[in-house]
Amino acid sequence: MSTSSQPILKLDRVSKTFGSVPYIVKAAQAVSFELHPGRTLALVGESGSGKTTCARLVMREYQPNEGELIFKGKPVQTGDAKALAGYRRSVQMIFQDPFSSLNPAHTIAYHLRRPLQLHQRNLKGKEIDAKINELLERVKLDPAIVAPKHPHELSGGQRQRVNIARTLAVGAEIIVADEPTSMLDVSVRLGVLNLLNEMKRDLRLALLYITHDIATARYVAEDIIVMYAGQIVEWGNINKVIDNPQHPYTKLLLSAVPDPEIRFDDPKAHLQAADVDEVRRISAVPDARSICIDKDHFIRQVG
Amino acid sequence: MTQPLLSIKNLTIDYIGEETDFRAVDNVSFDVAAGEIFGLAGESGCGKSTIAFAISRLHKPPALIRSGQILLEGRDVLDLDIQALRSFRWREVAMVFQSAMNSLNPVLRVEAQFYDVLRTHQGMNRKQARERTAEMLRLVDIQPDRMGDYPHQFSGGMRQRIVIAICLALNPKIVVMDEPTTALDVVVQREILQRVNELRKRLGFSVLFITHDLGLMVQVCDRIGIMLEGKLVEQNTAQAIYGAPQHDYTKKLWASFPSLHGAKTAEGFAS
Repeated sequence: MSTSSQPILKLDRVSKTFGSVPYIVKAAQAVSFELHPGRTLALVGESGSGKTTCARLVMREYQPNEGELIFKGKPVQTGDAKALAGYRRSVQMIFQDPFSSLNPAHTIAYHLRRPLQLHQRNLKGKEIDAKINELLERVKLDPAIVAPKHPHELSGGQRQRVNIARTLAVGAEIIVADEPTSMLDVSVRLGVLNLLNEMKRDLRLALLYITHDIATARYVAEDIIVMYAGQIVEWGNINKVIDNPQHPYTKLLLSAVPDPEIRFDDPKAHLQAADVDEVRRISAVPDARSICIDKDHFIRQVG
Repeated sequence: MTQPLLSIKNLTIDYIGEETDFRAVDNVSFDVAAGEIFGLAGESGCGKSTIAFAISRLHKPPALIRSGQILLEGRDVLDLDIQALRSFRWREVAMVFQSAMNSLNPVLRVEAQFYDVLRTHQGMNRKQARERTAEMLRLVDIQPDRMGDYPHQFSGGMRQRIVIAICLALNPKIVVMDEPTTALDVVVQREILQRVNELRKRLGFSVLFITHDLGLMVQVCDRIGIMLEGKLVEQNTAQAIYGAPQHDYTKKLWASFPSLHGAKTAEGFAS
C-alpha cells in the first residue's frame, strides 16, 4: 500500500451486491486495494464480512457491479477472451479445504502435468516430467514418493503443498489463498506458511492471504485489510494496525483473539454483549471518508 | 481431597483392523473435579475425540475399549446396561459435538428439538417443555419468542448457543465439548465461551473441553492435559502448561502458534 513499486493488481472502488431491493446484500462496498509482487496482503474479518467475495472478485468468478480491476496497469476486459485467459493464468487460488480441492481419481503427477501441458506449451515430453519434479521439490515434497500417489494417500499439509505446486505449474503471479491453513493441524501450519513466505520472496509472487486468524496473518503478511460488513474498516502496515488499532471493530477483533496471558475470569477480558452490538452497528454504516493515522495506516471514519 | 466427578483410569482404546489394531488411546488417566473445566489438547488423530466419545459410550466399532475404567461419581460407565445407559446419557453427560451447529435437525423447529429431549428424559408435556425451553434460551441470550424458528433462521453462533442450551436443559453434571467453536470467528467464540464459563459458575457443571488451540485453552480451562499419539504426555494447571511446559511436545506445540505480539514465533515445527 505504500511501496513505490507498480502494483500488479489494483482494485479500484469495486462493489458487489447480491439480490435486489429490498433484500439487497452489499457484499463488497467500494473496496480498493493493491497487490504488489513480493508482498503479502492479509484480508481479515469475520464470516460474512466480504473477504471471500473479494477473493472471488479477484478471481473473476464474480463480475463487479461497480468499479474495476486493473491488472498490470490495464483494466481487465471481459470481452477479450485471450486477455482474460492470460489473466486467469496469472491469478491462481489455493482453497481452504485440501481434502476436496484435488481430484481423488488422479495422481499427484497428473494434477501438475495438466496445467503444464495447457499453460506451458513450449514444454515437451521429458521436460514436463522434469518440471513436475522441480515443482514438487520446490514445495519440499519428494517427487519419487509423492508423484505416483493419489490424494488420499497424502496428509492435509502435503495436499496443500501440492495445491501450491499446482498454482506454480500454471505460472501464477498472484496467489489468492483463502484460509489455506485453517483445516490443517497446528504442527504443519507453520510449514505451509513458511513455504508461502519463501515463494513470495524467491518468485516475487503477490499474495492475497484471506483469514480470520490474525496471528497467522501477521506471520505471512506485510500489509493488512480489516473488513466488516463489506467495507474495509482499517488498512495499512500490519504491525502498525495490530499494535495500534484505531477502528472500534479492529479493536474488538483483536481483543477477542485468544491470549493465554488473560484468563476468562479476568474482568478485563470480558466482552459486553451490548458493546459488541454497538461496535457492529456503527461499523456497518457506510462512510466514504477515511482518516490517516500514519503514512501507511488508515481507518474508515466512524459516526 | 474430595472425590472427582469424572475419573478416567488407565483407559485403553483400540481401533480393530483386519491385520493389526491401532491403539488410539493408550493407558490414559485423568480426573475432572466438580465445577472444573478440564482441557484436552493435541493434534488430530491423537485420540482426544475418541476419549470424548468413550465417556458417554458413543464410540462405535471398530473402536473397542480394551481396558480401564470411566468413573462418574464412582460408578463405572462401562458397566451400565442399555437401559441405564439411556438415562445416563444426556442427563449426566451431555455432549457438544464438533461443528455442533450443524447437528440441529434442519426441518424441525427449535422448540420441537428441545421437546424431544425433555419428553424423552423427563416426561414433560408440551407446555412444561415450552417453559423450560424459554428459560434455557434466555440463559444463552436468545429471545425465547424465537423458539418457533427453524435452525436456518439463526446465525452459526446462535445455533451453537442453542445446542449448548439443549445440552444444559437436563442439568447434566458434565458437558463434553469437542472443538465447540472451531468453525466460528473469534468474537463469537469469545462470547460463547464467556457465557459457558458464567453458566458453569452459576449451575456448577464441569466441562471437558477439547480443542487444538492452546491459547484459547489456557484462557478457558483450569487444568489441561496434552495428548500425543494416544498418550497423555503432560497434565497440569493451565498456568503451568503456559508458563512452564515440561514435555518437549508441549513446548513444540506452543512454538507452532504464531503470536500476535512480540517475536513472530519461536523455533518450532517450522521446516
